[in-house]
Amino acid sequence: MNDETLSAVDVRDAVKRYGDFTALKTISLSIKDNEFFTLLGPSGCGKTTLLRMIAGFEDVTEGAIFLYGDEIENLPPHQRPVNTVFQNYALFPQMTILDNVAFGVEMRGNSKAEARRRAGEMLELVQLSQFSSRKPSQLSGGQQQRVALARALAPEPKVLLLDEPLSALDLKLRKAMQLELKHLQRETGITFIFVTHDQEEALTMSDRIAVMSAGELQQLGAPTDIYERPHNMFVADFIGETNLLEVSVDKIAQGRATCHLGGGHELTCNQVDDIGVGAKVHMSIRPERLFMSDIPAEAESLKGTVKENIFAGTDITTIVALAEGPDFIVRTSNSDRGNKRIFEPGTEMYVNMEMGAGRLLVD
Amino acid sequence: MAGGAASGGSATTDTYKDARGWLLMPAWSVLLVLSLAPVFMMLVYSFLTKEFRGGVIWEFSLAAYDQFFFDRGLFGDDPPVIEWTYLTIFWRSIWQAGAATILSLLIGFPTAYYIATRPENVRPVWLFLITIPYWVNLLIRTVSMKFLLRDQGPLNDLLMSTGLISEPIHIINTNLAVQLGLFYSYLPFMVLPIYAAVERYNFALSEAAADLYANKWVTLRRVLLPAVKPGVVAGCILVFVPSLGAFLAPDLLGGAKNFMIGSLIEEQFKGNAGNWPFGAAASMVLLTMVLIILLICARQQSKAGKEV
Ligand SMILES: Nc1ncnc2c1ncn2[C@@H]1O[C@H](COP(=O)(O)OP(=O)(O)OP(=O)(O)O)[C@@H](O)[C@H]1O
Ligand SMILES: [Mg+2]
Repeated sequence: MNDETLSAVDVRDAVKRYGDFTALKTISLSIKDNEFFTLLGPSGCGKTTLLRMIAGFEDVTEGAIFLYGDEIENLPPHQRPVNTVFQNYALFPQMTILDNVAFGVEMRGNSKAEARRRAGEMLELVQLSQFSSRKPSQLSGGQQQRVALARALAPEPKVLLLDEPLSALDLKLRKAMQLELKHLQRETGITFIFVTHDQEEALTMSDRIAVMSAGELQQLGAPTDIYERPHNMFVADFIGETNLLEVSVDKIAQGRATCHLGGGHELTCNQVDDIGVGAKVHMSIRPERLFMSDIPAEAESLKGTVKENIFAGTDITTIVALAEGPDFIVRTSNSDRGNKRIFEPGTEMYVNMEMGAGRLLVD
Repeated sequence: MAGGAASGGSATTDTYKDARGWLLMPAWSVLLVLSLAPVFMMLVYSFLTKEFRGGVIWEFSLAAYDQFFFDRGLFGDDPPVIEWTYLTIFWRSIWQAGAATILSLLIGFPTAYYIATRPENVRPVWLFLITIPYWVNLLIRTVSMKFLLRDQGPLNDLLMSTGLISEPIHIINTNLAVQLGLFYSYLPFMVLPIYAAVERYNFALSEAAADLYANKWVTLRRVLLPAVKPGVVAGCILVFVPSLGAFLAPDLLGGAKNFMIGSLIEEQFKGNAGNWPFGAAASMVLLTMVLIILLICARQQSKAGKEV
């Protein structure tokens, strides 16, 4: 850890056990100041648990948590300068919207008048000023969501925690809120820790993503890192869609590995670290990195037959069966139709990829 | 509580619209026969003339109310003078019932909260334990209370053995004894509605309050209490109203000095010495009092309901 810039949140070897069930297995990560940081993983992997440990609702079985250099894991929640946007909002039902938003500001020792003024500002920021005297039950889900956001931001926390805040909203509203959240984060300069199990949401919004599975950190990096250079099979499979092929490495020469994938098909890969000849590994190739042609292209080419085309709005997914080999998923963007061809089912054709499109994964 | 029931049931009322009149018949008849008819009888009796060996003469008279409220008759030549004896008893009853209610709330709220926050599978066990003493008849419970509170009773023995006091405290035949008796008689009526309210409470709200820098007290006062208020009000009514008319606890634990309105009424109907119209009149005054209190509570609840 370099001391030049203090991390916003530093989780050091944190373990969480419920009885003899280990929900988090020695997690260490450091979240930078001013960052939009996302915890991503399938249901039950421990995202909420980690977030609640930072907020102070769960105690830390082992390890430590630092907030801008201060050790906080033993502080009660009301003494931690972090605020949470709860998944089901948890707005106070008997208070007005304005009082909900003012609550935290007042609790921080400001006068009632000052708290209300600040709450008014926050409601303006989320464009809900006209609803300030309503009760939470009189608002729509999306509006309640924005109130929860305003309430959590109003006391100017050092870090804002968001536990799947968009999961209850419909797709369109969710997309709009994603943008709004991102803008709010930029405007306020507050560090956001965002929990989601939606990889697309994570990729669009985050500066960095921590991919978790079964209580363990799988990979931490920028969205492009995670998407293009997954460290392991779990990450490759969980993030986006991919062709995961079992291959054996036949030859390594000049920084290139020649891999065998059954049925006499071969592919070359230019990433060979930690891999030796004879190794049985997996190769991940993103479907949009593949293209089809009727004669072999100059790059890596495999002969196959089209099984099915699936139209999905912006793109077409083609399932291709290699002769005596595995199936491939190829994605062709509809905006790319001039350059790339779509074949009818049953047609024999070639699946091609550029060198470097495939990644070898050790586990 | 009333608000919750109304909003919860509203979706299904339309389904039974046509049959509603018929389906409610049993409930209405029970209410009519067992509740309204006796009250009506009391009302009539309170305006009749007393018969000396109990019973009434069917002749209109305001004597019972006159006796309750005025010393020098309402119908004499001199201006009437207020009779304080019964009003004092009445006032003491309100006071005693109020104290018992507050005591029940202070003990009942934490109890209910504790039970409601236990794991779901042990909550019924706790509720069961709470109700066990109430399988025993109220009279027997009150008598045993008398033994517990005696100067040489277990409570004093315990306090002396711990060294907290050096001489027995005199509890029996005091106001405190009556309050303790009432408190013990009706505690479950406080615990159960509050338990039901706390169990329905969304504890994420308490977390949200803590997250927004509120300490435990502020969270209790500004978030939990407003949310469970209907249960608290219901509990208070359920303890206060029967306490107001109670006669066992004041008779057995309070002695002659701490007479309450319930005992006064009871005496009018017991044996040959009673005065039925007077007892009926006292009952009507008590009933009016209770109705006024309930109306005030209902007004407040509906006001709170509208705000939500
Ligand atoms: N109080 C608890 N007692 C025992 N186990 C628990 C408790 N809370 C959570 N767990 C377990 O810890 C694991 C992680 O739970 P957590 O709520 O953090 O998952 P999550 O990643 O947030 O999942 P989701 O996306 O479904 O919200 C789960 O297996 C869960 O069953
Ligand atoms: Mg969760």
